[in-house]
Amino acid sequence: MHFHLTQEQAAIQDAVRGTLADNWPLDRLHAFADGDQDFDRTSWNALMALGLGDILLPDSGMGLLDAALACEVAGEAAAPGPLIGQLLSVAAVAALGNSDFPLDALVSGEKVATLVHGGSAYVPCARAADYFLVVDRAAGVRLIPAGEGVTIEPLKSTDRSRPVSKVVIADGAGNAIFAASDAMTARLADAALVLVAADALGGAQKVTDMSVAYAKEREQFGQPIGRFQALKHQLAHMALDAEPARALVWYAAYAWDAALPDAPRAAAMAKAHLCDVFVRAARAAVAAHGGIGYTWEYGLNYWFRRAAFDRAWLGSPSEHRARAANLAGW
Amino acid sequence: MDLSYGQAAEAFRAEVRAFLASNWPRAADLRGADLKAFIRDFRAQATDAGYLYRAIPKIYGGSQQPVDVIKAQVIREEFARARAPAEIGGNGMNMTVPTLLEKGTDEQKELFIRKTVAGDYVWGQGYSEPGSGSDLASVRTKGELSADGSKWIINGQKIWTSQGMQSTHMFMLVRTEPDAPKHDGITYLLIDLEQPGITRRPIRQMTGEEGDHTFCEFFFDNAETPVGWQVGERGQGWYVSRTTLKHERASIGSADGLGRQFAKLVELAKDVGRIDEPVIRDKLAQIEGFVLSHRYTSFRLFSCAAAGEDPGPVALMMKLLLTEIGHEMALLSQELIGEHGFVEPSGAGGRGNRGPRGPEKWLDQIMGSLGNSIAGGASNIQRNIIGERGLGLPRDLALSGER
Repeated sequence: MHFHLTQEQAAIQDAVRGTLADNWPLDRLHAFADGDQDFDRTSWNALMALGLGDILLPDSGMGLLDAALACEVAGEAAAPGPLIGQLLSVAAVAALGNSDFPLDALVSGEKVATLVHGGSAYVPCARAADYFLVVDRAAGVRLIPAGEGVTIEPLKSTDRSRPVSKVVIADGAGNAIFAASDAMTARLADAALVLVAADALGGAQKVTDMSVAYAKEREQFGQPIGRFQALKHQLAHMALDAEPARALVWYAAYAWDAALPDAPRAAAMAKAHLCDVFVRAARAAVAAHGGIGYTWEYGLNYWFRRAAFDRAWLGSPSEHRARAANLAGW
Repeated sequence: MDLSYGQAAEAFRAEVRAFLASNWPRAADLRGADLKAFIRDFRAQATDAGYLYRAIPKIYGGSQQPVDVIKAQVIREEFARARAPAEIGGNGMNMTVPTLLEKGTDEQKELFIRKTVAGDYVWGQGYSEPGSGSDLASVRTKGELSADGSKWIINGQKIWTSQGMQSTHMFMLVRTEPDAPKHDGITYLLIDLEQPGITRRPIRQMTGEEGDHTFCEFFFDNAETPVGWQVGERGQGWYVSRTTLKHERASIGSADGLGRQFAKLVELAKDVGRIDEPVIRDKLAQIEGFVLSHRYTSFRLFSCAAAGEDPGPVALMMKLLLTEIGHEMALLSQELIGEHGFVEPSGAGGRGNRGPRGPEKWLDQIMGSLGNSIAGGASNIQRNIIGERGLGLPRDLALSGER
């Protein structure tokens, strides 16, 4: 029986956290947010140099839980780059066995792959992507090299940490790698939900931590505002919303790794629940900060925007709750 | 992550099963006193085998086993599966015995623990008073030494004592040093409730629940208890009452009750013909997100306890989380029962024989869930605890002199 993080897992998170602290401080995020790129090679290389690309290789000794732990820290740092698409592309290409796809370059991060939600035209980091992993429960999985029937229209993006483009993929572009009926299609779609849930968990934890830290420093009426019960209780509720939900993400990832029968439903529940948690946390964080939280300069808005993205990406919470209801046989 | 308990635990499970197979199957015709005697014997055998009262020394009737939360969990699961009687629960086992083991005199341990374990002594909690709820250290029930110094004479009132009508004894907080700072003027006393100076009365609750099984209030009018029944030093009762024994407390099943209640809520939606409505399905799944968070967090807490690791602030959140989920379930069930809610359920709020009950039975949960916001540390106190102990926020100025 083991249902908490091992020392090794905590160490992976610390390594990712430290790397992002060095390579993705707030001033870099500010510059990126006002720039016109959708990818940051420096922080990406630093992250991938940690070996994150290995996590979903079949013989890594790690699994979706470890991938989720990395994605959680990426959410915490509002990291740029298509980490979720990259890790899932490695899993997909590795599952193919021998193929023409450059598995080693995907593992190293030299080649960049982004995730396309089947039926959605909005794709993060599309301009930087060498590959587009299209995961569509109804149509199967395709892996499409950039340029081959892919047209990209950059957009002014709400989520400044993972800018999206409008992407049109021509019918039949690229390689169909898994049919809709192939178990791998649903597995990849479920894994994507868990990783987004993990990103949302990290974001919710980050804005809660920012709010708590601010409440200890900020003084009004001659005392730290965190001493006032009204705010203290709001902060307690933010923590109450996020911290127990951590185990929901762990379970969904564990269920996927162990291929338990309830893994698809656990993934849907985690995605729906955590994305709601993140949106609530981001709103509550701005309220807890007051005016400073409403400024651009303070940076809280980057997580608010990331929460908006996570919530809608790969299907809204209500869509996944409807799926979960069906999967439960209600 | 791995939710299996491991080989050693499964070997132990086989051992517990074999024990239950040969000791628990009771003759179907056992009734009344015969059944009671059989159960008493069974518990004694289970204790000899090391399965019950594991935290209690052998000299006081326990089995004195090393702490092993996995074994304790296997025992709970197998006893529940066989529907065999587990440990006698209640305040005595949860509060009196751990407190005595840590702070009691040898004489007190000898006098009380064995009989509590056997179920002969039933303990009521004498903490809350009409004027002392969340501010428990403000208790005013007065204790004065008799002229010869041999007895405490007690006057005042205690309230919200569960199992009050069944209780034979009470552990109570009494103000003995009225001039001392409030936390340093309280003494922790044990008292025999069968005496002329004590009257008790059931409290009729908002659920309609009343009678012998409900909460009671107690009135003390020159009630007496020997000074030898004082636990810890005079004036140090507040600190004695903070004693908690965490021995094998963590259990996987702590979240099962909530899961079962959620399953019943889904059944209710089916019974009233509304399970196909998208709004109801969405609301159910929303609530389930919290139910599952609670469940898997209970796994997390159990896992940390088994490994001897500190789970951090999340442990402080479980009571409030449970309470909040209960409110959400109450609100949805109120929607679902509709006009069934016009009719008071038979035996409202109570236990025992209640006759057939339809969807209106959810009124018990709808009202009862409010009790969770109050009992065992009110929700706003829980929020303070999460904020201050969990998040490290500074204490409220009004409370900053408190401990």
